[in-house]
Amino acid sequence: MSKKMHIQLTVNGEAQEFLAEPRELLIHTLRERLNITGPHIGCETSHCGACTVTLNGKSVKSCTVFVAQADGAEITTIEGLGNPDKLHVLQEAFKEHHGLQCGFCTPGMITRASKLLEENPSPTEEEVRFGMAGNICRCTGYQNIVKSILAAAAEMSASKEAAE
Amino acid sequence: MIPAAFEYYRPKDMEGVLAVLTEHGDDARVLAGGHSLIPMMKLRMAEVPHLIDLQDVAGLGGISVSDGTVRLGAMVTQSDIIADAVLADAAPIMREASLQIADPQVRYMGTVGGNVANGDPGNDMPGLMQCLDATFTLIGPDGEREVAARDFYESAYMTAREDDEVLTAVSFKVPEGGYAYQKQKRKIGDYATAAAAVQIVKEGGTCARASIAMTNLSDTPVYSEAAGAALVGTSVTDSDIDAAVQAMLGDIDPAEDNRGPVEFKRHAAAVILRRAIARAWSRA
Repeated sequence: MSKKMHIQLTVNGEAQEFLAEPRELLIHTLRERLNITGPHIGCETSHCGACTVTLNGKSVKSCTVFVAQADGAEITTIEGLGNPDKLHVLQEAFKEHHGLQCGFCTPGMITRASKLLEENPSPTEEEVRFGMAGNICRCTGYQNIVKSILAAAAEMSASKEAAE
Repeated sequence: MIPAAFEYYRPKDMEGVLAVLTEHGDDARVLAGGHSLIPMMKLRMAEVPHLIDLQDVAGLGGISVSDGTVRLGAMVTQSDIIADAVLADAAPIMREASLQIADPQVRYMGTVGGNVANGDPGNDMPGLMQCLDATFTLIGPDGEREVAARDFYESAYMTAREDDEVLTAVSFKVPEGGYAYQKQKRKIGDYATAAAAVQIVKEGGTCARASIAMTNLSDTPVYSEAAGAALVGTSVTDSDIDAAVQAMLGDIDPAEDNRGPVEFKRHAAAVILRRAIARAWSRA
């Protein structure tokens, strides 16, 4: 066992401090240490995207980041985007357009999609597919996932225009 | 999948990095984006008792284009490359290749330095750097030195970099003419079954210069001087392209793996290079 290090994270706006071995993977920190179980462990080999979180403004697969690398970082998970009382626009769109079947990939899908729409607020269908290529849905429900993201993009643009 | 324990270092400058490398030799490795090294550590195929995270080391970022030279700091990510308008204008093949590497999440983390220094024949940047005749800058306890990309790769994962050296930057002359990075892969996130990097200069309807390199078709990236030479002085007709493809097939040495037998890989390499030359020529 290597010596533990002092880690500070801001997760969904909340400061967290703890001692951890540097080899601890960020997905395990989130799920097992902080009980933030939205991000899932799918393939554990950085292919499936179920563990996607936003780390310092980047979509990353938290199974392939050591907690030591994340020391000092700001992290957003699905829990930071919306909750059952106040769904995020993307969550509402996934619900409305059947963007989920078993739901396992959904937190990763929505967390990634939120970053995609931040970078490109009105993507084409092709841009959505390209931008979501790091997330796999084993129910193969891609048509409705893409439909949901496009609907959320339209909804977000409309409410932005209304606000202006 | 939990890696073996390691000591973690996050120095703020290169002196700090070199101090750990000098003290621990090949028990120490630097970590850039980590998307090659961390999976290997998790599988326990790589054991790294001393891990040096480069994220806070000053001077390893930045893309610059000046005096006809492109320079990328080792920690520039594929996502940075895709987003950089000046680079896309000066060397559009960099953006075209980066868009074909892995997936969005991996591209936010994956760096040009890690991609070229790791020496994995599956990585795309080493082949691209052969095509661009790039130079790698290395720093070690005895100071800085430069190594031509075409002299850097010895065999799979074996390079001209010494254990106590760090690759800090890649640079190359602003490429001329038409370009293409063409890649065949089985799925998103897979390495190439075959990929080709091509730059072609057209003067008065004939090919004046051509540079051709191939990815994942040998245990090192392959710069095929003969394939480029086959195009020079021609008007790049189908039969000229055939001659270049034949020349390339003489330079590659693919191995059978889960992407297919040798004959299939040679077939895929030929198809991919034909497409890459045609596309680069159409842009020349």
